[in-house]
Amino acid sequence: MNTRLLHAEHRTVAVSAVLAAVIAGLGLLGLCYGASWATPGEVLAALTGAERSVVITEWRLPRVMAGLVFGAALGVAGAIFQNLTRNPMGSPDIIGLDAGAYTGALIAITVLSGTSAQLATGSVVGGLLVAAVIYLLSSDRGFSGLRLVVIGIAVNAMVTAVNSWIVLRADLEIAIAAVGWSAGSLNGVDWADLRVPFAVIAVLLVGMAALSRDMHQTLLGDAVAVTTGVALNRLRLLMVLIGVGCTATVTAVAGPIAFIALAAPQIGRRLAGAAGVPLLPAALTGAVLLQGADLLAQMLLAPVALPVGVVSTAIGGCYLIWLLTKEVRRA
Amino acid sequence: MTPLGRTSEPAQTTRRTPRIGRVGLLAGGLVLLAAVAVLSIGVGARPIPPADVVRALFDFQGTDDHVVVWNMRAPRALLAVAVGAALAVAGALIQTLARNPLAEPGILGVTAGAGFAITLGSALGLAAGQAGELGWAIVGSVLAALLVAAVGRSSPLRLVLTGVALTAVLNGVALGMRLRFPDVFDVYRFWSVGSLAAREQAPLGLPLAAIAVCLVGAVLLSRALNALALGETVAHTLGAGVARVRALALVLITVLSGAATAVAGPILFVGLIVPHLVRRPAGGSVPWLVLYSMVLGAILLLVADVGSRVLLPTGEVPVAIVTAFLGGPVLIWAVRRYGAGSL
Repeated sequence: MNTRLLHAEHRTVAVSAVLAAVIAGLGLLGLCYGASWATPGEVLAALTGAERSVVITEWRLPRVMAGLVFGAALGVAGAIFQNLTRNPMGSPDIIGLDAGAYTGALIAITVLSGTSAQLATGSVVGGLLVAAVIYLLSSDRGFSGLRLVVIGIAVNAMVTAVNSWIVLRADLEIAIAAVGWSAGSLNGVDWADLRVPFAVIAVLLVGMAALSRDMHQTLLGDAVAVTTGVALNRLRLLMVLIGVGCTATVTAVAGPIAFIALAAPQIGRRLAGAAGVPLLPAALTGAVLLQGADLLAQMLLAPVALPVGVVSTAIGGCYLIWLLTKEVRRA
Repeated sequence: MTPLGRTSEPAQTTRRTPRIGRVGLLAGGLVLLAAVAVLSIGVGARPIPPADVVRALFDFQGTDDHVVVWNMRAPRALLAVAVGAALAVAGALIQTLARNPLAEPGILGVTAGAGFAITLGSALGLAAGQAGELGWAIVGSVLAALLVAAVGRSSPLRLVLTGVALTAVLNGVALGMRLRFPDVFDVYRFWSVGSLAAREQAPLGLPLAAIAVCLVGAVLLSRALNALALGETVAHTLGAGVARVRALALVLITVLSGAATAVAGPILFVGLIVPHLVRRPAGGSVPWLVLYSMVLGAILLLVADVGSRVLLPTGEVPVAIVTAFLGGPVLIWAVRRYGAGSL
């Protein structure tokens, strides 16, 4: 048992190192790729300030950073909810947070004028409202992860029904615009869009890192966690807040990029061969997924950029299926 | 982390309700179903009193009311009964098979498969008319479910993850296509909210026959599933062919939910919620779970269909939306009242 634990630790470190290298490679590729190809040398010169290149530092760098940071945030949010509910289905897009954000955005698009500020506000408010409703409904007489997921699924079904009703009643052009937003996209983000979200995500991730030891204690069982001095209720509330905060912040800028929060923790966990759902592999996998998906989204139908969410769900899903089939063969 | 495959319904041997009580409950359910069916046939732009409905059904005179009943309302009620029963039984089977109270037929990828196929078919310009849509939807849902079952058959957790992953892939690709072609988008958004209306031109005989056969099959197979619910080792010792039972159950789930989705669009919430509501009276017995689910699923969809016709004076509220708002609060209430462990 102990040797296995050690082995898993080593493997987590090794996997994290490999993922970090992949992230660096994808980031560089993202800076090189665009309407005109920049050589890695040019990119490095622009990054170190040796040469001025508006295209690289003002157009491509924000997009690449957004892909990596948002991907990591979504991966962590997924890992938080999956640990909290002890259930791989307990991810923000399954329990209705994305659907709530979409409702807010739909109202902004169909009722208001649909400016980006309205979209961001609408989606954050919608996501937070749904999260609050689910949390209040599922937390009385003690906490149960399964109960939270079931209530989340029920709320998700109702909110999704409202969304499809709004899309059905809207004009075709408006409906397509709304559904396009719901796919999630990094098209046209610049530094001005990113300063506040990056600061928020940084604070949330640091806070989660501080909680990670307690979180892994709870995986040994509530009784064990309490005896080792974990304040369970406070920990859960903080975890929910951080998870919802990460999801809502990303959604406000890029739309609800589905599936990364669900797939990244599961993929990271399988890569690391870990027992629970470790945070670091989840974050790194999320970054790889979103940045890779964004590159493909730009390349596939160039010069038309697809919404990144379409690509990320397709890649993440295929990769998860492949991992699962490999497990079948090993078993 | 406890895998999803954790059994949350211990095979209870305690008889909560004696046998006679269960039979009585089933009879009561059937009576309620008949009453709701008669009411639903009577409701509409041209109200028909229940007595006339019954007379039209059993003693056809050829009056206008009777023609409306036979040509429009009764087929629609029959469709609601078939679709509701099919979805609920598929849900009961998948929850038993996956040992997961959160499983619903949608995790086999049937909804996503049907939606993807309809998107692809209309993008290629080959899904004209109701018959075309029906064909594409059936093929898509069955292929998707086969793929998920093939990859995920070895464990409940893997089945769920595979289904979620495939659903994501198909939805992503289909969404990409829909965003490129506005007319495809338009076809899909109307299909996606489900409807039992205006199905007169669709060849519904085949899907309805398939649903009827599979409902009987589900009742016959439910005893073997009872053994399976006790765990594989126990099932082996009891002499149930585990692999064969599981494969048969997957076939039944696929055909039931695929046919229902193809006919009425994605109304899969029924499959998640109905088994939860009847789990307590069924007391851990799979055969009773299947029978109760069948009756309650049919009732729920009939009620939802009536609701979709009367809620708005101006037109129909899509039935999937009514179902979500009927089922969602009930599910939340059940979870809060009895806890998730009892689901």
